[in-house]
This record gives sequence, C-alpha cells and structure tokens, in this order.
Amino acid sequence: MSKAAELAALIGSQSALSNRNLIINGAMQVAQRGTSGINSAAGGGICADRHKGFSNGGGVFSMEQSSTVPNNEFAYSSKLTVTTADSSIASADYYSFQQTIEGYNIIQTGYGTSDAKRLTLSFWVRSSVTGKYSVTCFNNGGTEGYLNTFNISSADTWQKVELSWVGRTSGTWLKTNGAGMIIRFDLGGGSSGHGTADQWTTTSGYGNTRTADSVDWIATNGATFYMTGVQLEVGEQATPFEHRSFGDELKQCERYYEKTYEYGTVAGTPESYPTNMGMRMNGFDLASGQRYMVFRLRTEKRARPTNTYYGHLGNSGKISTADAGGTLTERNLGLSVTSTSMVGGGSSNGAYAGLMLYVVSDAEL
Amino acid sequence: MNITSAQYMEYEGKNSCIVIVVDGVTMHVPLDPDNRHYAEILRQVAAGELTIADAD
Repeated sequence: MSKAAELAALIGSQSALSNRNLIINGAMQVAQRGTSGINSAAGGGICADRHKGFSNGGGVFSMEQSSTVPNNEFAYSSKLTVTTADSSIASADYYSFQQTIEGYNIIQTGYGTSDAKRLTLSFWVRSSVTGKYSVTCFNNGGTEGYLNTFNISSADTWQKVELSWVGRTSGTWLKTNGAGMIIRFDLGGGSSGHGTADQWTTTSGYGNTRTADSVDWIATNGATFYMTGVQLEVGEQATPFEHRSFGDELKQCERYYEKTYEYGTVAGTPESYPTNMGMRMNGFDLASGQRYMVFRLRTEKRARPTNTYYGHLGNSGKISTADAGGTLTERNLGLSVTSTSMVGGGSSNGAYAGLMLYVVSDAEL
Repeated sequence: MNITSAQYMEYEGKNSCIVIVVDGVTMHVPLDPDNRHYAEILRQVAAGELTIADAD
C-alpha cells in the first residue's frame, strides 16, 4: 500500500489514529506463559498472551511463538501444529484460535445499539492445509454472530486477509469487564456449529462458527497454521497494522495475566538462591511465628484473579522460608488471602530470617 | 478444565477462596463470578462433576 493510500485509508476509516486495534498482542510478541509446548484445551490454552487455543473433542494442537513471519515488519507469529488429529469430528466438537475482547474495550463499536459501527478485521495467515476457513465475530455466549470466510489457496504461503462486516444493532454486548466480543478462527468443528456466511445470525450459542464446507484443519496430523498482525478496528477498511511498543503491549496483557518471575522465566521454574531469584516477593518474619508478605501487582486486573503461589523449587501452593544462614525450605502455604495485598504464613512455626515466593495472577477472560 | 480437587479456605471464620488443583498445579480461586476459574467450578458443581470440600 502506498503512503497516499495508507493516509486515505486512515482518513476514510472511522478509526482513531492510535489505539485503534481492539486486539491485544496482535503481533504475537508477548508470551508470558512460555514460547512453546503449550497445548490447546477445553478451557483454552494460551501461548501468545490473550490468544486462546480451544479443543473440544479428541484432537489437540500445540502452540508456540514462532519467528516465521510474513515480512520484517513482524518478529513473531503464533504457530499451531496438530499433534493429535481428529478425523471423525462429532457434531458438538469444535477447535478454534480466538481472542475475547473485554467489554470496556468495545464501547466505541456501539454494538447492541442503533449506533453500531462497521468493523474490519485484518491479519496475516499461513496454513499447510488449503481451503475455506471461517472466522466469526461473536458476543458473549455466542448468541449473536457474524460469520466470515476466507480462502487459503496456496499451502505454506503467507497471505494478508481483510474482512469487514456491518455493525450489529441488536443483542446483548457487554460493555463491562466481562467478555464483550469474541473473534474466533475456526480450525474444525461439527455440524452443531455450521452456519451461513456473510450475515448476522442469532443462535442458542456459537451456532454459526463455520460454514459446512470449511476445512477441518484439525483432521490432518502435523498440519501447521501461522497467524500474526491481527487487527480489529472500527471502520469500513483495514488500515496498516498498529504496532505498539513491547512495554505497552505487555502492560495491556498484564491486565489479564501477570507473574512476578522475570519475563523470560516460565512459572514453576526452579530458581537458585541467591544468584537467580528474579523478582521474587520478600517477606518478614515477626515474633511468635507471624509472618507477612506484602505485594502489589503491577497492573490492575480485569477481575479478582486466580493466584498461584510458587516456592523457589518451582512447586505450586508453596512458600519458601530462609533460615539465618540463607538456606531455603519450601513449605505449604498455611493461610491464603486472594486478591488483596497480603499473603502470609507457613505451615509450621519456626525462626525464619525471611520468606520468598513467586506469584502468578490470572484474570483472563 | 481438569480439576482434581477443590477445598474452601477460611480467613477469620469465613470462606475466602477455593484452593483447586488443575493438572497438578495448586491455585487459589476467589469467590467471584467474574473469575473464569470460579465460573467453571460453579458449572462443574452444578453438573455434579465436582464437590468442594469444607475448609480444614
């Protein structure tokens, strides 16, 4: 796209010049949970932050942060690989790669009102399986959905896709901290999810996830699927991908998931004391076995988070205590207070010089 | 979500959270319907798939 065309696209769109991408981590650069070896799951597995891989059936695909990219504008993509194929998909089974957008972040779309605006989705994609693919814009619960399709005609080749659809004036679209909108890329599914493309449909829930003639990517063992540069914006045409700084993107991701480990350390990794203890939380040992550990999360969470506490050996549900000589011992957490600034206690009393633990705080949608 | 155990934790005599084990990882889940783990716990309890033990 020429510079003049880019400017025309921006002027012609209804988008702001910045912060117009409703997708967080669209360039797949933030991966706090690890960069490989993460599988899809019924509740949604996550490798690149905010992007979930669902498998509701016998198939499984792995996810990794890949350096295979369409051009040098990007450094990373999400790579999905089928590790357990499902070639006999049951009617209610589904496989998808999706992002759920918080309701606060879709207010500008006007969805569910007479002011609902047209949305445009653009992304780079590459797959080893050619054919028709489906991607649907859903509300929370999937009762309202607009089903789009795109074709991949050349295997293992990057292509840019741009899709646009009319705004939805009806239905319930949460504008709160709940799930406001879901962009779901279909990777295979049964007849319960079959719907009609290029229209809004009301169903009892996710009833138009894919067209009947969409490919079942999950049916091919070893199949690969790459994606990056995902952008959803208000307006009738796609604008250039909005690159945000790594720090800004990480901050947005932390609203849904944050850890006190260093960025590149996967939660549960054993840490050696004192040379490699990262950003552990330190506590104090008071008299009479009373111990206090105070911490504040860097970023306000979307909702009260699920907290997982790790000792220095990488075991969950633990806290590490240090004696006067600095020797660490992992102990069971005796008292737990979630979603506040205090964690305290060990399972047994003793004279400890200090307390240490790591925290993973999860408020993902 | 493969929850293999669930137990309430008390703080000052009131249930403060649910400690669950998922794939071998111990998590502390707040009693908040906006939390996806708590929502899943409620779903599994309603479906008869999970029982939450009382606090010790």
